[in-house]
Amino acid sequence: MERRSFLYHSCAAAAGASFTLKGMPVNTAPQKSFLDALNFNGNPENRVLVLIELNGGNDGINTFIPLDQYSKLSKFRRNLLIPERNVLRLQGTQVSGLHPSMVPFQKMYNDGLVSVVQNVGYPEQDYSHFRSSDIWMSASDADVNIENGWAGRYLEQRYPGFPIGYPSDANPDPLAIQLGAVMSLALVGSQWPMGMAITDPKAYYEFVNSVVEPAPEGFFGDELEYIRLVTQQAQQYFKSVKGAADKGRNQSTLYPPDDKNYLADQLKIVAQLIKGGLKTPIYICTLHGFDTHSGQISSSGNPLEGNHAELLRMLSEAIYAFQDDLKLMGIDDKVAGMTFSEFGRTIGSNGSFGTDHGAAAPLFVFGKAVNPGIIGKNPQVPTDLSESDDLPMEHDFRAIYTTILKDWFGLEQPESILGQKFPILPIFKSISTPTRDIRTVEQFELNARPNPFRESSTISLQINGGQVSIRLLDGLGKMVQTVAEGYYAAGTHQFLLQRQNLPMGQYYCQVNVNGTIGVQKVVAM
Amino acid sequence: MAEFSSSRRNFLQLPTEGSLLETPHFEPETATTAPPFTLQGGLTPYSGIWGREQAAHLLRRATFGSSQAQIDRLYKLGNAQKAVDSILNVPKAEPAPPVNNYNNDEFTDPDVPFGKTWINAKRNNDGEFFRITSWRSWWMERMVTSEANILEKLILFWHNHFATRTDISFSGQACYKHYLILRKHTLGDFKQLVYDVTVDPHMLFFLNGLYNGVNAPDENYARELQELFTIGKDNPEHYTEADVVAAAKVLTGWRLEYETNKVFLDPWSHDQTDKQFSAFYNNRVIKGGADAERELRELIDMIFQKDEVSLYICRKLYRFFVYYQIDEQVEKNVIQPLAAILRQNNYQILPVLSTLLRSEHFFDAVNKGCFIKTPLDLVIGVLRNFNVYIKGPTLYDQYQILTSLGWTCNDLQMLPGDPPNVAGWPAFRQAPKYYRNWINSDTLRNRNIYSDVMTYWRYETDSGYRVFIDHIAFAAQFPRPDDPNLLIDSILQVLMPMPFSTAKKQVLKSILLSGQAQDYYWTVAWKNYTANPGDKAARDTVWYRLAALHKYLMGQPEYQLI
Repeated sequence: MERRSFLYHSCAAAAGASFTLKGMPVNTAPQKSFLDALNFNGNPENRVLVLIELNGGNDGINTFIPLDQYSKLSKFRRNLLIPERNVLRLQGTQVSGLHPSMVPFQKMYNDGLVSVVQNVGYPEQDYSHFRSSDIWMSASDADVNIENGWAGRYLEQRYPGFPIGYPSDANPDPLAIQLGAVMSLALVGSQWPMGMAITDPKAYYEFVNSVVEPAPEGFFGDELEYIRLVTQQAQQYFKSVKGAADKGRNQSTLYPPDDKNYLADQLKIVAQLIKGGLKTPIYICTLHGFDTHSGQISSSGNPLEGNHAELLRMLSEAIYAFQDDLKLMGIDDKVAGMTFSEFGRTIGSNGSFGTDHGAAAPLFVFGKAVNPGIIGKNPQVPTDLSESDDLPMEHDFRAIYTTILKDWFGLEQPESILGQKFPILPIFKSISTPTRDIRTVEQFELNARPNPFRESSTISLQINGGQVSIRLLDGLGKMVQTVAEGYYAAGTHQFLLQRQNLPMGQYYCQVNVNGTIGVQKVVAM
Repeated sequence: MAEFSSSRRNFLQLPTEGSLLETPHFEPETATTAPPFTLQGGLTPYSGIWGREQAAHLLRRATFGSSQAQIDRLYKLGNAQKAVDSILNVPKAEPAPPVNNYNNDEFTDPDVPFGKTWINAKRNNDGEFFRITSWRSWWMERMVTSEANILEKLILFWHNHFATRTDISFSGQACYKHYLILRKHTLGDFKQLVYDVTVDPHMLFFLNGLYNGVNAPDENYARELQELFTIGKDNPEHYTEADVVAAAKVLTGWRLEYETNKVFLDPWSHDQTDKQFSAFYNNRVIKGGADAERELRELIDMIFQKDEVSLYICRKLYRFFVYYQIDEQVEKNVIQPLAAILRQNNYQILPVLSTLLRSEHFFDAVNKGCFIKTPLDLVIGVLRNFNVYIKGPTLYDQYQILTSLGWTCNDLQMLPGDPPNVAGWPAFRQAPKYYRNWINSDTLRNRNIYSDVMTYWRYETDSGYRVFIDHIAFAAQFPRPDDPNLLIDSILQVLMPMPFSTAKKQVLKSILLSGQAQDYYWTVAWKNYTANPGDKAARDTVWYRLAALHKYLMGQPEYQLI
């Protein structure tokens, strides 16, 4: 194949990749959309998503602490484990708590502004930072390389034709903003980067005008065209960003002073720009330093101090101030935020007061629109730890992207961006997802055995009593069976899950006890 | 194929017409004959036209930019082969080490007198920040002032390859030693380089090697050694997680003295069990024992038995010196033969680079002007293009100037010594953007602000010493600064990767003529200045027009390309 056409070919393949990742036909059967049920700030076009990347691989175990695993954890990470008495307790749960340096975030949780998704990851963890963060950014399978980002593909679908004809009267603002000078792969579309990187929203620069002649064909022309385009767009977007920055005023007094908290500095700009009227739907902020192979805790051995404690303090302080700012500005119902990190860390600690690259970890979604509480259960730490043991994944990270695309941005078919269908998680408030009251969140134990199953599986459920429903959802999040529905007294109850005519595959057993949801993946063989 | 080739050829020939033909000081062959068309160009030595254009291309890629004089010297060697020999002829002697040039009101180094080198001083955590900055400045000075050879550019390649940061070892001495290791093996033995880097104090700090022990294995270095430094992940069949664990065991026991960065082996920390590797390494077992050095050699030998190593490093070299796209043809005609050369030469780098740089492929017109300047290419390049003099009157001035340059590079996302992480700068690895990672609204603005500062303002030290572009000296070095057409052609050859069209050159000329139509306005102004160099008004007249021209040129998207 000749060089040039090969390149075009591979570009075209990349563009189409999002639709045919696995050669799987896109199922267009109508699926109940949560969108109509959302009663927040009507038009999803006005909604904003703020992604917060915790760069380096955040230690989930010391962030959202599984208190019911302490006896095992104290064996494997004794020198790093937060003493039980210091763990910040959360309303409605006895078994999970927060790192002690996250007091503001604890308050946000107890105010019902946080949804925690447990054990987020992807199958076949790749322990490389670079590959793993590329997987998160591109939303690919672990063994597939996609050279563009999930948010970039979404923006490409939402704003067809970009960059030709942008900015315009209808779309005068950047489609996405990356705080800092390095643009994330998440914002790269199949043809162009869909976002803009800014460090100072008020800085403005007048580029030199050029005589624009058609760029010659070839590599030189391709790169020249790229630089020209960045120049033209930057020129126009600088104006709209500066305009918004001049208009928007931060109102919260809770932000730390400048340069003390890198994340707070970024979120402050985000709040200012949203308030200033910028229509940009996606922002990405980054907090670096989570690769805590060493110095995760202070070298004196105090697990309450050290790099990780400091990072979580910044995270918690920054998000809290940001949320306060949004509330004072009166725009908190149109902004949702999400933290993510390329992977969690090892269950055991290493010899350097640190932890190595692990697998699944918890993820936070925050804002007024979230359905507060915990989705999923605490990770199960094995009794004996071998070198290959890592926390298994419960929720594919793309289920969260799917939920955001569908329930937050109102996209009917998130699979058109992600290439596959993933279940919708009850992250946002909606009619189909009963709104939980954080203060009465139930504790219950759910267990389906055998799993995988052929004919039937027995679900045992231990509850404190109340309204219970057990539903079986298919891999696409569609309800396929109601297993039980009704009032049940305190104690352990058993329910039979019958295979009936269900095809082979993955299912989700969703249990709702007084509005608190637990999910277990079950496999029909 | 044929149709496509001819259209490309047309565009490549197009810009060579016009006033270049009449330019007396260009040898005729530079302008009259298009380079031979070698789209399939493999590694056959280039024997086509040798003009200033080709010399400048080689210099742009193999150094941090060049002056008119350097282009001329290379051009006068007469052919590409001699030119490449000259580029690869790197100085062997170690440079004079960095010195204490940082003592100031806030900090005085208690261990090292001003003007003396700190490289042998014991660690002093109060002073390490200054020593590291001094090291970085010293390194950047070498980039600015080095002769026209590949040494410093290639050291940067290795720095990106074995990417480390300064904040982990936090030791000027460790940084300096690390630089010397990269320098020592620059064109030499890649395998030995991997060995030396593995037990280098700076790297032992950076990837926790010094904490990796039998009772608490730390996999950080073992993983990156395979993922980033040797095998890579281009081939889906690669090392396994078990190989990372086994390699980490081999690597246990290396320790260092914190004060002096002296590396030693602690046999009690070394895992003496046998290490079992996966089928990827033919189920190899490295026998355990007390001799961790032997095990390390065996580990590296085992890794280097895989062809992936040579393919991986040749792709990286290609992306650093030619272009980021590697399609099937390039893989087959360039990468695979280069990898074979590397293996046949026991992993010596020189034969590989020598073959690549002197190849038809390297000089193929299709590969010209398509490399987006790294921030260092831009920042250092402006200084080298314009012969900007950076030697301050005192060591401290020098320190301040070079430190400021460092901060500029930092704003542009490339602070030498501190790539973002162990994978190096994303521009050399992250598909599909690669080089385009350097350019976004923020960094493009900062690039322009930097060239504006050098054009219209200046870096000024505390003592008032100034660094800036001398616009008149730059113009005066050309054969015909009085002729606006010839002057513009000369300037373009130094600054731009591709010739400009007649229409674009008209715009440039109108800047020199302040919008007037007659060429002699410039000629008169220039002659007026040369007749009365002391006359401020005469001098300002040409200075401001040249400054405007240079700002305009450096603001062109083409200036970001080499």
